[in-house]
Amino acid sequence: MSDHKTIQEIENEIVEEFALFDSWDDKYEYIIDMGKKLPALEEKHKLDENKVRGCQSTVWLVSEYKDGLIYFKADSDAIIVKGLISMLIRVLTGHTPDEIINANLEFIQKIGMTTHLAQTRANGLLAMVKQMKNYALAFKIKNSMPHGERSAETKSN
Amino acid sequence: MIQSNTISKELDVYAIRKQFPALNRQVKGQPLVYFDNAATTQKPQVVIDALVDYYTNYNANVHRGIHTLAEEATAAFEASRDAARQFINAASREEVIFTRGTTEGINLVAYTWGRKNIKAGDEIIITEMEHHSNIVPWQLLCEEKGALLKMIPQQDGVLLLDEYKKLLSSKTKLVSVVHVSNALGTVNPVEEIIKLAHQAGAKVLIDGAQSTVHLDIDVQAMDCDFFAFSSHKVYGPTGIGVLYGKRELLEAMPPFQGGGEMIKEVTLEKTTYADLPYKFEAGTPNIGDAVVLKTALEYVSKTGKEKIRKHETELLNYATEQLVQLPGLRIIGAAATKVSVASFFIDKVHPQDIGILLDNRGIAVRTGHHCAQPLMHCFGIPGTIRASFAMYNTKEEVDQLILGLQKALKLLL
Ligand SMILES: Cc1ncc(COP(=O)(O)O)c(C=O)c1O
Repeated sequence: MSDHKTIQEIENEIVEEFALFDSWDDKYEYIIDMGKKLPALEEKHKLDENKVRGCQSTVWLVSEYKDGLIYFKADSDAIIVKGLISMLIRVLTGHTPDEIINANLEFIQKIGMTTHLAQTRANGLLAMVKQMKNYALAFKIKNSMPHGERSAETKSN
Repeated sequence: MIQSNTISKELDVYAIRKQFPALNRQVKGQPLVYFDNAATTQKPQVVIDALVDYYTNYNANVHRGIHTLAEEATAAFEASRDAARQFINAASREEVIFTRGTTEGINLVAYTWGRKNIKAGDEIIITEMEHHSNIVPWQLLCEEKGALLKMIPQQDGVLLLDEYKKLLSSKTKLVSVVHVSNALGTVNPVEEIIKLAHQAGAKVLIDGAQSTVHLDIDVQAMDCDFFAFSSHKVYGPTGIGVLYGKRELLEAMPPFQGGGEMIKEVTLEKTTYADLPYKFEAGTPNIGDAVVLKTALEYVSKTGKEKIRKHETELLNYATEQLVQLPGLRIIGAAATKVSVASFFIDKVHPQDIGILLDNRGIAVRTGHHCAQPLMHCFGIPGTIRASFAMYNTKEEVDQLILGLQKALKLLL
C-alpha cells in the first residue's frame, strides 16, 4: 500500500496545488478542468434517490463498499460543482468509513472556497460532504451488524 | 432652483449613480455591476437617511399615544399610505393596506376573500408564468375548498389569450395574474384580462411586484380588484408592501389576523373590527419601513418614471443586441413588450456556472428558476441567467456583462 495516501495527505496536496494560483480566474479554470475530467456517471445511476439535496444544480452521488473501503462516483449538470465534487472524491474515495467520517476537510476552507462561494453554493458543497459522510456512516453501521445481514452492502454493480 | 437634469428628457445616470452608495463597493476586487434588480433594487441615500432619521428622531408606536413622538410617527406612517395611494392611483387611502410585501398581500386575499368566497367546484385561474407566491396560496386554498386551479398557457413568454377565453366560465371566481413576469420581463395585457374576467363575473388580483417600479400604475383605470406590490423592488426598504383592494370588497372581507390595532371594541362575547384599512393591520406594523416607503416612491416619481423607463428600455435593447451574438445563446421569452429583464440560456452550459464566474468578476445576476418552476418546465430548461436593469445601470456595465460572459464561455466550453 505504498501509494496509499491518507486523507490528510491528499488534502495537503490540493492546498499546495491551489497555492500556485494567484487569481480566482485561475482557480476556477483548474476546478472546471477537474470537472471536465471527472468521468460521467452511467445513466442508470442518475436516479432521484441518488440526488444530493440542498444543491442548486443537480448532483448525483453513488458509493460502493469493497474490502473495507468506500468508493464514490458522482456527476452534475453544472461543471464547477462537478469540479468541486471531483476534489471531494479525490480526497475521500478509497478510504475506510471511519476515516471518511472523521475527515475534517479543512482544505475546502484553506483553498478559500467557503469564503469565496456565495452562501447558497457553499451550502451545496456542505450538502455533498454531508451526503458522503452519511454513506460512510451507513456502511459502518451495516458493517457492525452480525453476518448474514450484510448482503446488501454494495449498492452499485 | 431647477437643475438642468431635472427638466431634460434624458436621465442623468451618472448623477443618479452617486445617490446609491452600494454601487461604490467592490466585489471580488472589481467594481460591483448590479444586474439583479428584479430581485431587489439598491437603495438611494435619501431612503437610507430617512430610515436613520425615523429611528433617530421620532420612533414611537402609531395610533396609540397622545405624546408628540407618537403623533409624529403616526402622521408619517399615514402620509406614506397617502403616497402609496397616489403612486398606484387608488381612489381612497382606506383601500391601501400595508403588508410585508407582495407575498403577504396575495396570501391575505387568499385567506380572507378566498376563504369566504371560494367553494367546492369553483375555479381560480392563474398563468403559466406566475411567481410561486402567486401559485402556492391558491393551491392551498383550492385544496382546502375542493376548488380547481387552472393556468393560462403561454408560448415564448406570451400569454395565449384565446386559451384564457376558453378557461373562463361562470365557475371562474378569481383570476390572479402577474403584471410583469419576473423571469422573462413580459408585460401582460392585464386590462384585457381584467375586462374578460369581469364579463365572466370573476374578480381579479394583479401581482404588481415587478411592474410597479417600471410602469405607470393606475388601479382605477386598470379596474383590478386587488393589486399587490413590494417596497423593496421600488428602491424602498424590505419588509413592507402594499395591498390595494376595492373598498366594497375589503369591507365585506373577514379580517386576516387578530390582535391589537384591528379592533374597535373587544368584549369576551364579541369583537367589532376597526374600519379600513386597520381591520387588516393587526399588531404593531413595520412603522419605520412603512414611513420610508414614501421617500422611495417620491424619489422614483421625482426622477421620472418615463425617463427611467426610456433609459431601461435602451439598456435592454442594447443588452439584447449584444447577447444574441454570443454563440449558443437563446433569449428566453419573445414578448413584444418587455421591461428591464434579459433572461437567457446558453447551450451546453448550466446557468449556475455562469452565475459563479460572473460573480467572480463582480457582476451580480440571478440564475435559476426565478421562483417560476412551472414556466421553466415549459421551456424545458433548468433555469435561465437573468440580468435585470434599474435606473442606475449603464451601457458600460452591459459591456462588462458581455465581456464576463465571453470569458466564462471560454472556460466552460
Ligand atoms: C412577480 C413576483 N411576484 C411576487 C414576488 C414576491 O415578492 P416578495 O418576495 O417581495 O413578497 C416577486 C419577487 O420576486 C415577484 O417577482
